Parts: sequence; structure tokens; C-alpha cells
Amino acid sequence: MVIVKIKNESLIVKLSGDLDLVLAKDFRDTVDKILLDRPLKNLILDVSEVNFIDSSGLGAILGRYKLIQQQGGKMSIWGAKPSVHRILDLSGILKIIPVFNTEKIIIEKREAL
Amino acid sequence: MGTNNRDNYIKLEFSSLPENVALARVLIASLVVQVDTTINDLEEVKVAVSEAVSNAIIHGYQNEPSGMVNIKAKIIAGQLEIVIEDSGIGIEDIEKAMTPTFSTHPDRMGLGFVFMKSFMDNVEVLSEIGKGTKVILQKKLINDGSCARVAT
Repeated sequence: MVIVKIKNESLIVKLSGDLDLVLAKDFRDTVDKILLDRPLKNLILDVSEVNFIDSSGLGAILGRYKLIQQQGGKMSIWGAKPSVHRILDLSGILKIIPVFNTEKIIIEKREAL
Repeated sequence: MGTNNRDNYIKLEFSSLPENVALARVLIASLVVQVDTTINDLEEVKVAVSEAVSNAIIHGYQNEPSGMVNIKAKIIAGQLEIVIEDSGIGIEDIEKAMTPTFSTHPDRMGLGFVFMKSFMDNVEVLSEIGKGTKVILQKKLINDGSCARVAT
């Protein structure tokens, strides 16, 4: 499931379930539709309810990162579970997109929006 | 529960629909949890299966849902073998396809085979242009009893 919210020039996308081929497509279509219509400064991807990720999910994340970057915006990933975090790490995505996992940092960031 | 010492064999055929990637993953995970393996091993097998089945759908059948994907798996003395087969277009250059960051599609990272290779002990790919592709994944499942039985 993909839930989106726009707050102060930030697009917050919350994904839940398994981020494979199916959810990757929903995520891609939803975000692209919003960003191509209205560029925003910040893309926040909340994966706290994602239980599984494979290379289809990683590809979709990387593609959205490229898009928001082209538009001059930034992207961050929030709340990755250990199994998801491990795959993000192995893929090299952690080197280019900041991932915030601690509840404290996420709350601070959320309040700063 | 308690099938640890028994060998097991399963076989399933399904349409090349994206929704069936999860189906294949759940099927294999349900087979693997019958063995006292680690959660880590279970997660790794799930990723490898997801990659192989996604490849069959996206590359083999070029997202055409009328194709059929065949999956067979067996556990013999803790040794897991999964065979994923499609009758799609085939892979022209297997070596190139297995290279990290090689992808014929934009928005994909070319990590499918990289994950299969890093998460399984052995990966074998047999492919013929116009005939299809067969991927064989093998992994010795650690049976150290430390794994909580995970409901799937």
C-alpha cells in the first residue's frame, strides 16, 4: 500500500507490505505523477512497515531519487527494519540516500517539517 | 512441525503476473521454515527467489502475463535446491546479465543476479534464445536450532 502526504514542500510516502515488483510499480507511478506535476523540495520515504525488499524495490527507490535530484530536491528513507536495512546497505543505496532509523531522529525530523 | 529429517519436494506452475512473485516467495519460505534454519537464511532465500521469478516475468516474458513460470524445490538432507524455469525469450549473454549494474531496463539496478549469487551457495543459469531460461539456486540450510520457527 502507498500512502502519500504533502507537507511544507515535502512529499511523504509511506509504503507498507513487501516492496517487490507490485508495490514498486505503485510507488513509482504515485510519486512520478505528483512530482512531474509539482516539483517538491523533499521526498521522504517511510519504510517502517515494509517487511521485504528486493531489487525491483531498490530500482524504484533509486529511480525516485534520480527524479527528485533532477528537480533540485532531496530524498531520505525513514525507519528501515534490519532485514530491509541490510539489503539497502548491500545495494549501495545507503551511500547516496540518508537512512534514519532511530525513532528519536525521525520524530525530530517530522516535527521540523 | 518436526519434518526436519524428512526430504521434501514441491512443484508449482503459475502465470507470469507480478502478483505471483510474492506467491513464489511465500511458497518457498513455507518450505524452508520446515527446516530449523536461521532467519537470515530464510530472508536470503526469499530475496533470491524473488529475483529469479521477477526476472522470468520482466525479462523472460517481457511483462506479458500469458506466460507460465515453473518452480520446483527440494530439500534433501538440509540441502535446498530451487529451479525456476520460464519459456520466454531467453538471455543472450548470461555472463553479461550476471554483471552488477547491468540492466536492459531503466530504473532497475541490475542487482538480481548479484543478490542470487551472494545469498545462495551456488547459482546456475541455463538459457536458450527463444526457448527460455532455467535458474538453479542451491543453498545448504544451517540447521543449528537457533531459528525461531517463523510463521509465514
